[in-house]
Amino acid sequence: MPNTKRTRLVASTIAVALGATALTACGSSDSDSKTESGPVSLTYWTWTPGMDKVVDLWNKGPGKKAQITVTVKKQASGDSLVTKILTAHKAKKAPDLVQAEYQALPTLVSNDALADISKDLGDTKSKFADGVWQQTTLGTDAVYAVPQDIGPMMFYYRQDLFKKYGLSVPTTWEQFAETARALKKKAPDKDLTTFSANDSGLFAGLAQQAGAKWWTTSGDKWKVGINDAATKKVADFWGGLVKEGAVDNQPMYTPAWNKAIDTGKQIAWVSAVWAPGTLTTAAPQTKGKWAMAPLPQWSAGDNVTGSWGGSSTAVTTDSAHTAAAAKFAAWLNTDGGALQALAKDSGIYPAATNAQTSGAFAQPPAYFSNQSDFYTEAAAIAKTTAPSAWGPNVNVAYTTFNDAFGTAAKNKSDFTAALNTMQDATVADLKKQGFEVSE
Amino acid sequence: MTTARRRPYGVKGAPYAFLLPATILFALFFALPIGYAVYLSFRKVHVSGLGLGSGARKEVWAGLENYTDAVTDNELLDGALRVLGYGCIVVPVMLGLALLFALMLDSDKVRFAPFTRLAIFLPYAIPGVVAALMWGFLYLPDVSPFYYLLQKLHMPQPNLLDGGPLYLAMANIAVWGGTGFNMIVIYTSLQSIPAEVYEAAKLDGATPLQIALKIKIPMVAPSLVLTFFFSIIATLQVFNEPMTLKPLTNSLPLTWSPLMNVYADAFRKGDIYQAASEAVIIALATLVLSFGFLRAANRRQKQEATR
Repeated sequence: MPNTKRTRLVASTIAVALGATALTACGSSDSDSKTESGPVSLTYWTWTPGMDKVVDLWNKGPGKKAQITVTVKKQASGDSLVTKILTAHKAKKAPDLVQAEYQALPTLVSNDALADISKDLGDTKSKFADGVWQQTTLGTDAVYAVPQDIGPMMFYYRQDLFKKYGLSVPTTWEQFAETARALKKKAPDKDLTTFSANDSGLFAGLAQQAGAKWWTTSGDKWKVGINDAATKKVADFWGGLVKEGAVDNQPMYTPAWNKAIDTGKQIAWVSAVWAPGTLTTAAPQTKGKWAMAPLPQWSAGDNVTGSWGGSSTAVTTDSAHTAAAAKFAAWLNTDGGALQALAKDSGIYPAATNAQTSGAFAQPPAYFSNQSDFYTEAAAIAKTTAPSAWGPNVNVAYTTFNDAFGTAAKNKSDFTAALNTMQDATVADLKKQGFEVSE
Repeated sequence: MTTARRRPYGVKGAPYAFLLPATILFALFFALPIGYAVYLSFRKVHVSGLGLGSGARKEVWAGLENYTDAVTDNELLDGALRVLGYGCIVVPVMLGLALLFALMLDSDKVRFAPFTRLAIFLPYAIPGVVAALMWGFLYLPDVSPFYYLLQKLHMPQPNLLDGGPLYLAMANIAVWGGTGFNMIVIYTSLQSIPAEVYEAAKLDGATPLQIALKIKIPMVAPSLVLTFFFSIIATLQVFNEPMTLKPLTNSLPLTWSPLMNVYADAFRKGDIYQAASEAVIIALATLVLSFGFLRAANRRQKQEATR
């Protein structure tokens, strides 16, 4: 009896081992040829509203043909999702596909969470502006994501109130400051806008427009340029306006801010292409009274903007079906029908250049029904987006920004000092993690 | 024979058998995570080169580096001091009010006692985040009905979300939410005082005020100690209120309280190792403070008993 038992044990062990070998063989042949056989199901973490409807189009159409089924798992947006992805990745359980903001890509790549999908994307690159695509390569030969939406920055203002106070739309930052002062003279209780320290993306976008490059690499070293001349210029400009009281210093996205822009206490907002959505909920009563113009420039005749927001679709290293996932990511962000649905159901502004002038964007957003060429203008502005330079610890820089600039705005003190705090904290964090940093 | 031998064994083993579920749960969900956090607090990430691509990031032994960083980081200490200031307002006011309300409810003259008791207790049932959001609304001059009234009455309108008043504003939320709970604890122990004690006092000619001060308060001292103990811990761990008010004002840094500091390090900066070391320090400080207080309170009670 014991003998038989042992024999059986040995036999089954061999069987298991053989099976494992067979599986391994299967796996390796898969990755060699990059072709998927048999049905594949993928999980996708995203915060975009209405994404399930867009994914349904895939599951019923091209996905059904290719036997690739995608399931959407709705997530919280922004930084909290980055944390969640990294945690899941530690357990080797990250989903196949994730949505990630551009500035989060270096963090994710440096944690080895994102797969290089350059081989699976074909001619996808040609569908995007170079400045947008470059954010997904991090300046290497690899491609870590497919761009989804972008947030080129623009200047929004109350058309009626500008007329009432005899103000003209500023085309340079110099004029912007003059406009703010002129308004203060005419209506001391009104503000042109506010300098808000609770969204670092806005400041980063403004610095980007001025030509700042916050993270650059040379050889094996990172260089942090948060307090470079361009950013200093931006910080000084806003610091000066706050100090002399020409603009408000309270944070945005508060109930008080909503009321201020809805009642005309603040009559302009430096924002991005997604502003109509925010204004619809924050300032419902002033619908049709706002207008959009290009961002003021640092020198007359320039034509540059920064970007605030925007995200991409990435494939994780934990996915067993990289090629299938990349195929879906490419379809989602370049296919005409998918982009149409993304625009309609999710309200995103697509990164793919030809989609920006497609049928979905023939009409202006309902909130801007008074500005019929809203999206034509937006597409033109999007083309002028300055290149961005993100690094592996954007989160640290952003967190420091909130506190340092919050305090500076409150005390109406030197913004350059706050900027230096941000630079020092970012460099210190890189060094602590062991990155080589060149001074 | 066998039964005789097995019975004592069974009796001996029974307590352990009963303890087993709790012990396993304690080990799995309490001791193990704490142990892991302590382990993490001695680790750090080390990146080689540009840190891009696979294998560039390794977890290495950090020794006491995270701890020295946490101790030398002024923000953690500043946060502790801020919370101390906040606690100095919250704890006395909240417990004072709770005791006062409990005594009032316990007196014979009160009417609508069940309703009043519920009304005072109700704010405790409202989640901290919701309460903080609601109060935040009321503190913002542009949307608050109170400010509207102050403006109509031409009264001064203090900025409650800045400087000193910010502490009052935040303490107000905690007092509003916590008084009811503490009142119930004190009230319950007042109810358990035997009626003969009061009768004897009345026969001796004690006034209601004297009864309250000389009999009721000393007799509920253990519950006062308990509520004080809970309040200290709650104060040290204040997180919801400042976190919810943070987006409304420039005056609240992300590191306002020690726990916010931990949260910012772990989930905003992504440095769980640093955050773990700070969490360990906070836990130790809480332990020392609360047990120190308990020991002091016990010693006093013993002294009084021997007197």
